[in-house]
Amino acid sequence: MSAQKDRWISSLVFLLLCACSIPRSGSTGLQQEQSPQQYFSALEAGKASLAFFTPSVSPGAQPFLEQIESSAEALQDYGISVVKVNCPREDVSRYCGKENALRKAFLFRGNRLIREFPTDALFDVNSIVANVLFALLFNEVKYVETLADLENTENVLKGKSNMVFAYVPATGTAEHRAVMEAAFVYGTIHQFVLTTEVALLKATSHDDPDVSSAQLLFCHCQQATEPSQPCRRTALGQPLTLLNIHRHLKLMGAPLVTEIAEDPEKVSTVHLQLGLPLVFILSQRETYEADRRTAEFVAWQLLGKAGVALLSRDLVDLNVLHRSNVALKTPQEGMPIQYLVLEDTDEVITLVEDKNKVKQIQEDEQQEEEEEDEDEKENNNQDIQDDQVLEAVSRDKKRELPLEQILVLTEENFHSSLSEAARTVVLFYASWEAVSLAVLRSYSEVAAHLKGTPGVLLSRVNCWDWPGLCSQENVTQFPAIRIYREGQRPVTYDGMWGTEELSSFILLSRVPCPLKLATMEEAEGYLRGEFPSELPSHPHTSLLGVFSTATNQAREAFEEAGNILSGHVRMGMYFEDDALALSRKYSVSPPALLLARGGGQSMEGIALSKYSTQDMVQMIRYELLDIFPEITVSNLPQYLQLGKPFLILFSAGDISQMESKEMLKLAKGRPQQAFVACWLNLKKTPVGHGILRTYFSTMPSLPVLLWVNLHAGGQVFKFPSEQSITEMNILSWLEKLQAGLEIPSSTLSEEDWKPPLPAYDFLQMMEPPVPELSPHTSSHPGDTPAQRPPKSPGGDPAGGDSAIREEPSQQSTAQEGGSPGRGLRGTAPRLSARDKQGKRHSEL
Amino acid sequence: LGLALYAGSLCAVSGAAFLYHDYCVIGAGPAGLQVAYFLQQAGRDYVVFERSHAPGSFFALYPRHRKLISINKQYTGKSNSEFNLRHDWNSLLSHDRRLLFRRYSRDFFPSADTMVRYLEDFASLLKLRVQYNTAIIHVTLEKNEEAWNGHYFLLTDQDRKNYKCSSLLVAAGTWVPNVVNFPGSEYVEGYETVSINPEDFAGQTVLILGRGNSAFETAENILGVTNFIHMVSRSRVRLSWATHYVGDLRAINNGLLDTYQLKSLDGLLEGDLEDLAIVKDKKGKLHITLRFYLEDRNISAGIDSITLPQDELDNFATRAPYDRVIRCLGWKFDFSIYNRSLRIMPGKGNIKKYPQIKPSYESRGTRGLFVLGTASHSVDFRKSAGGFIHGFRYTTRAVHRLLENRHHGVPWPSTVYPITQLTNSIIKRVNEASGLYQMFSVLADIILLRENATAFEYLEEYPVGVLAELEMQTGRKAHNGLFVIIMEYGRNFSGADKDVFYYNRAVGEAQHAWQSNFLHPVIYYYKRLPTEREMRLRPPDWPLPRPDAIHHIVEDFLTDWTAPNAHILPLRRFLENCLSTDLRNFFAESCFLFAFTHQKQPPFCQQGYVRMQGLVGSQELRHHAVQAGLLQDYTHTDFSGDRPPDSRDGSQDQLMRDHAIPVRPLQHLINAKDE
Repeated sequence: MSAQKDRWISSLVFLLLCACSIPRSGSTGLQQEQSPQQYFSALEAGKASLAFFTPSVSPGAQPFLEQIESSAEALQDYGISVVKVNCPREDVSRYCGKENALRKAFLFRGNRLIREFPTDALFDVNSIVANVLFALLFNEVKYVETLADLENTENVLKGKSNMVFAYVPATGTAEHRAVMEAAFVYGTIHQFVLTTEVALLKATSHDDPDVSSAQLLFCHCQQATEPSQPCRRTALGQPLTLLNIHRHLKLMGAPLVTEIAEDPEKVSTVHLQLGLPLVFILSQRETYEADRRTAEFVAWQLLGKAGVALLSRDLVDLNVLHRSNVALKTPQEGMPIQYLVLEDTDEVITLVEDKNKVKQIQEDEQQEEEEEDEDEKENNNQDIQDDQVLEAVSRDKKRELPLEQILVLTEENFHSSLSEAARTVVLFYASWEAVSLAVLRSYSEVAAHLKGTPGVLLSRVNCWDWPGLCSQENVTQFPAIRIYREGQRPVTYDGMWGTEELSSFILLSRVPCPLKLATMEEAEGYLRGEFPSELPSHPHTSLLGVFSTATNQAREAFEEAGNILSGHVRMGMYFEDDALALSRKYSVSPPALLLARGGGQSMEGIALSKYSTQDMVQMIRYELLDIFPEITVSNLPQYLQLGKPFLILFSAGDISQMESKEMLKLAKGRPQQAFVACWLNLKKTPVGHGILRTYFSTMPSLPVLLWVNLHAGGQVFKFPSEQSITEMNILSWLEKLQAGLEIPSSTLSEEDWKPPLPAYDFLQMMEPPVPELSPHTSSHPGDTPAQRPPKSPGGDPAGGDSAIREEPSQQSTAQEGGSPGRGLRGTAPRLSARDKQGKRHSEL
Repeated sequence: LGLALYAGSLCAVSGAAFLYHDYCVIGAGPAGLQVAYFLQQAGRDYVVFERSHAPGSFFALYPRHRKLISINKQYTGKSNSEFNLRHDWNSLLSHDRRLLFRRYSRDFFPSADTMVRYLEDFASLLKLRVQYNTAIIHVTLEKNEEAWNGHYFLLTDQDRKNYKCSSLLVAAGTWVPNVVNFPGSEYVEGYETVSINPEDFAGQTVLILGRGNSAFETAENILGVTNFIHMVSRSRVRLSWATHYVGDLRAINNGLLDTYQLKSLDGLLEGDLEDLAIVKDKKGKLHITLRFYLEDRNISAGIDSITLPQDELDNFATRAPYDRVIRCLGWKFDFSIYNRSLRIMPGKGNIKKYPQIKPSYESRGTRGLFVLGTASHSVDFRKSAGGFIHGFRYTTRAVHRLLENRHHGVPWPSTVYPITQLTNSIIKRVNEASGLYQMFSVLADIILLRENATAFEYLEEYPVGVLAELEMQTGRKAHNGLFVIIMEYGRNFSGADKDVFYYNRAVGEAQHAWQSNFLHPVIYYYKRLPTEREMRLRPPDWPLPRPDAIHHIVEDFLTDWTAPNAHILPLRRFLENCLSTDLRNFFAESCFLFAFTHQKQPPFCQQGYVRMQGLVGSQELRHHAVQAGLLQDYTHTDFSGDRPPDSRDGSQDQLMRDHAIPVRPLQHLINAKDE
């Protein structure tokens, strides 16, 4: 970016140099002090010079002289020399003689006086340059006062040349200077028109303009061949500086639409050189006319913001999707061209404008950062909390939590309390720790939720108060939630720290896992979700292990698995004599699992073949996953663990039955799917908007089906929106995708998670790094040999330690005042410096 | 291995008249009992020898006026037992909650008799193996290649009974009174025998030699009944509240300073006791003179022939005769019982009363001999609390851990945590750990990083002086960098001549934390373990070599370092930058977004959410986070893609990019103040 800027700054300088008559070698000094005779005799025809006459002693005009001196260099660029002429005391000629002439500056071209300026019009460099150029460019820059004048000028120019119309609030300003300097260069190409009339500004702009800031419009009059046709106008959207004007005029001078017939990667246009993006409209022979019209339309919209090129697919062999119709090339080097499928021209425009916006923000930020860097390195928001959990908890700390339902346990009452209820849930937390406190808030909601549930006691232990108790219970990290039952090992909660998840865990934990069912009725009731009554009727899946008496090994593994899954899964177990009857009814042979989904609406039987607990747990977890789940914040991790890519349908609300049916077909189609087919309800999981926003610069129309390679490569592919979501369409799309025929719309960031902000560099503050010095060899001018009795290092092993321990303290006193940042403690500068610091305890 | 060695050594000594133990401890004072407790807990073969019939014989006699100056705080407003040990200077460490000193005395400065009773209970309740009435009078070495340290320690008691040990732990304290010899020193009474009845001093003029707590304690006792008291010592008075060293003069004993500075006849003088001489006149009054006046003269010739300073200098300060001269010069280690082969040498300079030891508390002369308790104070003399119960109870534990590793293959105890717990584990320790607090700049917590910094190992209270030997001493590996957590006073803040009450002495802002004066936690980060050479050549005044990065947690008036913005945030930034990672906490919703938009997850999400332990957070909390601009609220997003100009679109991006976090108005105020 900055390289590009440099490039066009240098081209501008070059331009200026060409346009100006280069100052002659005679005028080496910018300002010669001459006598009037010398001055007038040296004037060359056609060469402009600004002269001012001053008596040898000039007490009053000093500040003016300084400004003149500093503008001399600027004016020299335009071939105007600045001359200070000393008036001899006896001189009474035209310029030296009159008292008021000494308060003026005179502009000559050759011998001819063009203008005389009162010194109060030349108050600074800007005003000097602006006024001098204004006087010299009298023909090139028209000054208009009325709308009629402006329209007349426009009409004259129509079909011939373009016009640059500038409004400046006052003459002699920096903006005025910029316009004049631009006119110096471009005055022969475009007609420049200048005004200071607010009425004119208002007449030429659409909305209410800010009259205090200068405006510049480029009027495309050359193209207006008919007298009735108005000149199109393009405003310069940036502040009036010479660079911005130059850039704007360069852009206006560029062809509206460039036709490209070469590799777009190699194309370079004015726009790209000036740091603006280039939009390609991909065209074909058949649609050339329409494409050309589109391109021109877009080009007018984007004039000054981006370039537009028409890229013929017939002439260039593009390895891109056939559907792609637009491409975007950004000025950053090495950035590949983005090929897009856009539906209308507005999308093209938003695409560019948003990019610009983003860029603008980034530039601003960069600038801010640079400024901050210059200001003060340390002070870049390091002391502002950027941990969302910590900040949220500290903002919430004044709210009193409803913790009455939760028993406070201490070292004294811990063991006695555990025996009071059948089940005691204990939250181990630390009262200073944010995550703990966040969980405590959810826990208090659980307590309200479970109020009155028999057999469950909710309690908490603050490990900051009772560290001994926590370490005795082997709690090394907080928060931790355990469920204690008399005579049994406590169960540690390992699920989401959410109110719902925790409540359901506690409720489920009330029944044994697996639950031993005694009769067929119980087993049937259990599968329907009606038994046992302690459990709330549960729309989710129930699991029943059916074992014959001969299948002990499987049963033990199942029971062990139950211990592990306790609280998370409804697990029942039936191993009565008539287990065969049950298994026959569902046509499985024991050992087997029966899965009842949706409260017994669908039943599935699975034969058990692996008897290791670990396999069993894994298998049960896998079986409990839905085939076409709705992804939510709390269930995503379960599906993430499968390590498969996601085929995910983002929907604004519930998905339609058709979509659901097709997706389900797709998901069921192959039992060992290589991907997770799922959907996301943006109403229920609004953070999905954040995902889409990261993937796409513009929000795609919903529902949108995406293929996300979460685990490998991170590419995101978008299912073509014009196709309907059917199993067939998706499958063929997936095939193309697998064959590498599709282009990803986005790629997940590969970035590492680095520290968000730097830390305080105390090491630097304490002592700048010094080469390793031995306390025995370093010498200070103030040290006398007597202060440090020489000791051979290691020569006296017995005394070595004490020697080292004593010597540093001597050194530190010797160093006081010597090294910066240290040893100044207690001295006056140190104390006064510290006075400026903020809060202090001793002041409280 | 220990067992095998044990069995082997039993065989080797069978037949000889030696009773063998792996560990012999000399002295059943606080340090001896403390190490006995740890040895017993570890199931080691040990014995403690005590010359008296009961533990803590030093306390049975001293302090003479029976008031301990170690504080015994009943209330701290906290129930945290570890924290409360910071303000309990008398208890020994044990698992038994009955053995807390505050259960023995309600006095803030308890009586020494209570200490004796406490130590008796400690030995008996914990069933420590103490052999009373056994005075070890000689210790020598027996070379043996099979022994743990290449030699056995042979101990002989007063009844010529012999004992043989693999490791000798000397917890004998410093109990030999310091004596100065000058002409007339026979008239001087010692602190150990002087009367403690003020009546005996009524109307007398007293000179006290020495300027420690025992001298002031003695003066305090008789201040009200004497004519006046003068106190002579070589060095100026060192006030413990100025030096932050508990061994210096404590405010509880400084009544004499008060009366001196308020012109009430009492006074302090500086002078070298070696130059003194005392002569007794016919009335029994004691006159101070200088040693060189006595040269070539016979004192027995009578007082009249002796020149007194006032004869030449008629305003000589101590020209008034004294009724009594009392010596209160402290104690030194009993070097006499150790054979020359053990090379137990006194230290140099002001630590000559202590035997020379390494920072690991092992003797410099003999491997396998460790010095514990008060006698080990040379490591931190006039710096930390290693000479006092509230300090050496921790260094003793550290020595025991070193021994467990060296002789029994039990590595230093440690806990492994995931990296997300890094900030928490440090905050927890600096807020409650008492060993770090009492033994500031001597004991340090060590965090050893695991590969890729995904986890770390936490070691408590390691002697920082032997940091270079960490791997060998602890049996833990430090290949991937380490943090050292230590507590420090501000450099140059403490000192006998320092004004510790100057205005603006306290630093309040985290960014100036390195200038903190009061005790505060400091964290050193090393990419690799410092070498011994680096330890030796460390910058003057630094407890450790120059680290790769350092962090000071700003001093706190309440020593409560849990403030989210002033304490935890800067610490997290420091840790993040050392490890080059992001240690922030995230709600599950953020992790969900990251899972779909980033190929890598921040550690908190990786170790929590992805493992189904996401922090869902209550509605209120998420609302607060949204308001803080740290969480994006997507619920009101419309689908048109037109974003309202005032929407907080950027905030999630901010969270990810970490730019432009909204500046709160307060911040401006602070910044403006600074500039």
